[in-house]
Order: sequence, then structure tokens, then C-alpha cells
Amino acid sequence: MEVNKRLYENYVKEITPVHSRWKNLLWAFLVGGGICALAQLAVNSFMSMGMEKDAAMAWTQMLLIGSSILLTGFNIYPKLVKAAGAGALVPITGFANSMVAPALEYKVEGQVFGVGCKIFTIAGPVILYGIVSTWVLGILYYILSLWNIGW
Amino acid sequence: MDRKVGRASLKFERPPVIESSASVVGKKEGEGPLGSSFDKIEEDGMCGKKTWEEAESFMQQQACILALEKGKLKKEEIRYLFAGDLLGQLIATSFGAGNLEIPLFGLYGACSTIGEALCLSAMTVAGGFADRVLAVASSHFATAEKQFRFPLGYGNQRPFSSTWTVTGSGAFVVSDPERAKKGLAKITAITTGKATDIGAKDSMNMGAAMAPAAYSTIARHFMDFETDEKAFDRIITGDLGEVGRTVLLDFMKEDGHDLSQVHMDCGMEIFDKESQDTHAGGSGCGCAASTLSAYVLRKVVTGEWKKILFVPTGALLSTVSFNEGQTIPSIAHGVVIEHME
Repeated sequence: MEVNKRLYENYVKEITPVHSRWKNLLWAFLVGGGICALAQLAVNSFMSMGMEKDAAMAWTQMLLIGSSILLTGFNIYPKLVKAAGAGALVPITGFANSMVAPALEYKVEGQVFGVGCKIFTIAGPVILYGIVSTWVLGILYYILSLWNIGW
Repeated sequence: MDRKVGRASLKFERPPVIESSASVVGKKEGEGPLGSSFDKIEEDGMCGKKTWEEAESFMQQQACILALEKGKLKKEEIRYLFAGDLLGQLIATSFGAGNLEIPLFGLYGACSTIGEALCLSAMTVAGGFADRVLAVASSHFATAEKQFRFPLGYGNQRPFSSTWTVTGSGAFVVSDPERAKKGLAKITAITTGKATDIGAKDSMNMGAAMAPAAYSTIARHFMDFETDEKAFDRIITGDLGEVGRTVLLDFMKEDGHDLSQVHMDCGMEIFDKESQDTHAGGSGCGCAASTLSAYVLRKVVTGEWKKILFVPTGALLSTVSFNEGQTIPSIAHGVVIEHME
């Protein structure tokens, strides 16, 4: 039996079940929104204790990262992402998860070749292309500012 | 005389027998529908070792030792070992069954490895090159995730088409019919699969990548022996999962074969997908190997199934070829196992 590769691809797409988009969106909204709301609550509480806004935000970031690290260690964060998808991956907690997970996994391969080399396997591309895009935007900003166009 | 049949098959006139077999699995598999049938369930995924890889090696070696014990055999009575796993350079084998000091053939057939091992075992024994050989394959959820996907702690959403790598191992002693102390079942024929590439590229949908290989080998077997699905009580694939099963049944139907009643997939039997959240089913070398030993072989021993075609499938995928944009070739090996009176 001869099978056309393109037809096969379409056929497989047809018979493969997929996650419900609306359910995913709802979960992402609730969990992602929940994380942000908690962060806002933290900022407000720190400020009500007399902290400057910048300091309160820095402390909040540390709080979020710290919680995500703990939740990853206790195997709770992966379950959160499973339900919420990008809702739990996009906030800074997701970034922390993407660094702690390889660190935990590869520590048996040693501090240098294990943790050292592999801690950025998932976060690395985000950092690299994050820096590249800020660099591109920086140049753009410079050129535009030559004509007195700014934002 | 043993004879070559068709293009890719062999028929054994003096069929080698499976003298003994054993299965060792992890906790999740032990909690699955086949839980009570496995010989040993390791509650600790690390098996008390320092790394996942050591744990898999340990399980593989345990399966071999148990198979020998159950057959009241000493390792010195085994002439060759045919063993494999999913890891790079077969490290679970080198540090696992490899430790038994039996002359070793290390095999890689991805999740079809136990099929490849049984084919070569049967050929070696039937050819008179050994009285007794051992075939074993293993996989471990954590080692496979680490090698092929993400670190365990990393959060991600697995698609429904993805499978869950079985933590487990199955070992089989294949022996000359006259030298065997007992016989559980006999291997009467084999059909060797070819690498089949349908152009599938989704590593999270291995069932769709592998089903064409299962189809190719089953169709080849039917052609070589001029037979069809009616000759078998079961046609058993390794880890096609739900999507793969649908593809296989559709492909066979195109050829005029209705497999819906006789087909069974080890990956769909070993887990309860609703309560265990395994999506399309179980996968890995250990899936077909442990299910064959714990479940399928027992049915053949009791005679509930007289003749089965065991066709474990493997996706020949590597993270390198995948990142380089290559497709996922796959393979399936057919082994005919029959009840012994």
C-alpha cells in the first residue's frame, strides 16, 4: 500500500485527540492571573510595611522565585503547569522552574558538567534571544532618537 | 530443516521454546491493571541507587536473575545474552545484564528491542549455535524523559497523543526444545521488520510514527506465510497507543484485513489511562517485554490463546536527528508464539 506523506500528516491530525482550547485558556487565565494577583498582594503588603516600591518589587520577585523553586522540589509546580500551560510558564515562576528542574536532574553528573553545563538547557535560549532582542531594540531606539523620535 | 519463507520470514521446524521468563516493573506499573501479574514490583523508582540509570540497570539485571531462578537455571547454562535498552550507548545493558558475564550481543531497536532479541535468540537456538540463550530489554520513565524530553521537574503539558515510558524489564530464556527442562511456549516463526519512514516528525505522537512499521511487518508476515488475521488468537503490538492502533486498523482495513477483534496493544493494557493519566498508553522497551512475560505468555501457557503474533514497534528517533529536522523512522519485528500441548 502506497501512502502519500502529506495525506498521512493530515490523516494523523484528524485522528489525534487534542486538549480543549477553552479549558486550557480558562486554566491559564486563572493560574497565570492568580500568580500575578499574589505578586501584587505581596508588593502591596511590602509597601504597607514602609518599603519603597522598587524594593518591594525586588522582594516580591525573590518571593516568587523562591516559592517556585520549593514547589519544583516538591513536584508541585510541574502539576500546576500541566493544568495551566503557559499560565504557569510565562510568569517568572516558570522561568525559575526551568532552571531548577535541570539542576535537580543533572546534579548526579557533577557540579561542573552536570549542574554547571546543563542548568541553562531550557532557560538558555530564553536568555540568549532575550538579550539579542533587547540589543536589536536598543539600536532601533538609538537610530530613532537621532531624529528625535522617542517613546 | 528450518526454512526461509517469503522475503523476510523464517519458519522453525524444530521450534525453540521459551523455557522461563520474568518481569520486573516500577510502582506505577504495579498499580496498573496488570499489577498483580508482574513477578516483582520495585516500589522505589531509584531502586536504592544513586541515579536513574543505575536503577534501570538494576531492574534489568533483576529480571534476568529472576528468569534464571524461575527456570532453575544457572547463568553458566546460558550461552548468549541478547539485550538492549533505550539509552545512549546502551548503558542500562552494559551496567545491567552485561554484569552477568554472559557473552553479550547489545541490541538497539528502540521499543521493539525485545522483538529483535527474541528473533535473534530463536535463530541462534534453532541454528544449533546455542542450547540456551537469554533475551532481555528494559526501559525507565525517568531515564527516557531525561534523554529524550525534559528534566522530570520541568513543567510542561503533554499532548494526548504522547505515551508514558514504562519503568520495567522483561527477560526470556529461549532454549533448544530437547535440552529445555520445561517449555512455556514455542517460537515457531519470525518476520524481520524493515526501517519504515512515513515522514512523521512529531516526537510526541510516536504511535502515528510507528503504526506504519507495524502494518509493514504484519502485512509482510501475512504475505510470506499466505495467511491472515484469522490464524491468530491475538496480534499484539508493543506501544502503539490509541492513535497508533487507529492508524494500524485503518491501514489493515485498506488491505482487506479486519484486526479490530484480534489486535491488542501492550501499551494500552499496562496502564489505566483514566486513573493513571498516561494519555495514549505505555511505551518503551520495558512495556512490550514486561507485558509479554506477565500477561501474554500466561494466556499462551494456559492455552486460552493458541497462537499469537507478537509485533513490538520501535521509533528509531534520536534527539540529534530530531533537532536536525529529520523524520522518525520506525521498525517492528514479528514473533509467532504458540501454545505447547
